[in-house]
Amino acid sequence: MMFRPRGKRSFPLWTGWVAWRIIDSMPHDHHDHDHAHAVLPPDPALRVKAIETILTQKGLIDPAALDEIIDTYENRIGPKNGALVVARAWTDPEFRAALLDDATSVVAELGFYGRQGEHITAVENTPEQHNMVVCTLCSCYPWPLLGIPPSWYKSDAYRARAVREPRKVLAEFGVALPEGTKVRVWDSTAEMRYLVIPMRPEGTEGLSEEDLIPWVTRDSMVGTGLPGRPE
Amino acid sequence: MTRVHDMGGRFGDGPVAPAPEPVFKQEWHARALAVTLAAGALGQWNLDTSRHSRERLSPSDYARFSYFEKWISALADLLEEHGVVTRAELAAGQGDGASPLASRALKADQVAGALARGGPADRPVASGPRFAPGDGVRTRRPARNAFVPGGHTRLPAYAAGAVGRILHHHGGHVLPDANAHGLGEAPEHLYTVVFDAAELWGTAERAGDEVTCDLWESYLEPA
Repeated sequence: MMFRPRGKRSFPLWTGWVAWRIIDSMPHDHHDHDHAHAVLPPDPALRVKAIETILTQKGLIDPAALDEIIDTYENRIGPKNGALVVARAWTDPEFRAALLDDATSVVAELGFYGRQGEHITAVENTPEQHNMVVCTLCSCYPWPLLGIPPSWYKSDAYRARAVREPRKVLAEFGVALPEGTKVRVWDSTAEMRYLVIPMRPEGTEGLSEEDLIPWVTRDSMVGTGLPGRPE
Repeated sequence: MTRVHDMGGRFGDGPVAPAPEPVFKQEWHARALAVTLAAGALGQWNLDTSRHSRERLSPSDYARFSYFEKWISALADLLEEHGVVTRAELAAGQGDGASPLASRALKADQVAGALARGGPADRPVASGPRFAPGDGVRTRRPARNAFVPGGHTRLPAYAAGAVGRILHHHGGHVLPDANAHGLGEAPEHLYTVVFDAAELWGTAERAGDEVTCDLWESYLEPA
């Protein structure tokens, strides 16, 4: 799904809350009242705030820990990790062979491991086979290598269509595959996370690992893009 | 039989719209992620329970909620179901006294360690694998949880009753169908199964294209 744009807030947060309590006292069918979340305010920012407030007051979360989690995924873990792995695979045949054999151990040695990346498989694109990754059931994604998944990866359209019509989806990313290339779509239905190793672009023969890193885009490591010359 | 989250192969969703964006498009997205992870660190439920809590949102809520709305709404449900907060506290927006679980709260200096540890799902399995790479298999049909009606499973509906072949054996992994429902980890051998696209969809977008799923041994029988 795409996130709904929200208008500029012109009232204090608590006015929304009060309005919700009044509306909630009237009959309506917008919420499933078997679920506890239905008693929360409908505005998602207020929902988060309410839960954070309650849990903080009960001593169950430390706001400083929340800041630390956010900083980790906003600034420290992201596609640059995966790009290093790919650039090294392009330039170091022994590394590439070890990566394809046991990616979990190999990327762990580079410091890339942990939540949503406990088990990693690297799949290599070739002229014969293009690999593409999806999670149709939720949004499984290799966090330690690529960070938090982008909106399109979590969207209904991608989850629904990537398995049935990957070539049409690829076209929407501007990717057209040669006629003879097979597509294999990896649906991440277990705790195995997939990293696509794209083909090294032609014309990069003389470049070092460091030079190649900026060629490796996030989407190329999900299989919805191809690496390209950095702008 | 199936739930709304199980959307692989569905028609009608329109184009995928990739666009440049920051890691967190809105500040509350970041807070939703952090609160969910920190609440999970209290140890009152596991990853499979957490996934199932999002799948159990009503179809209308699941369809209209944005991604992180699903997370926080499912989190509220989990917090109440596991007795961490009361519905009265959720309704009031105020916590009513300190929790006995407060000593388990994740501290800032524990975050890096907790994220690095993650939650590995590989486990020893006493018996040997039933299948080897290259073996033909047929998946369970319908896709369902064999323990709990309407329960959590990781066999997508589009791959139910399909014939494929074992590509990889990954060793033993926690069985989500059991673990999501408090029935223990019940580890089983996990396999990557590759399907011909025409087997799944009737007609492949292009002949020879393939789809893989990672499936547990009890989802499979010899074919």
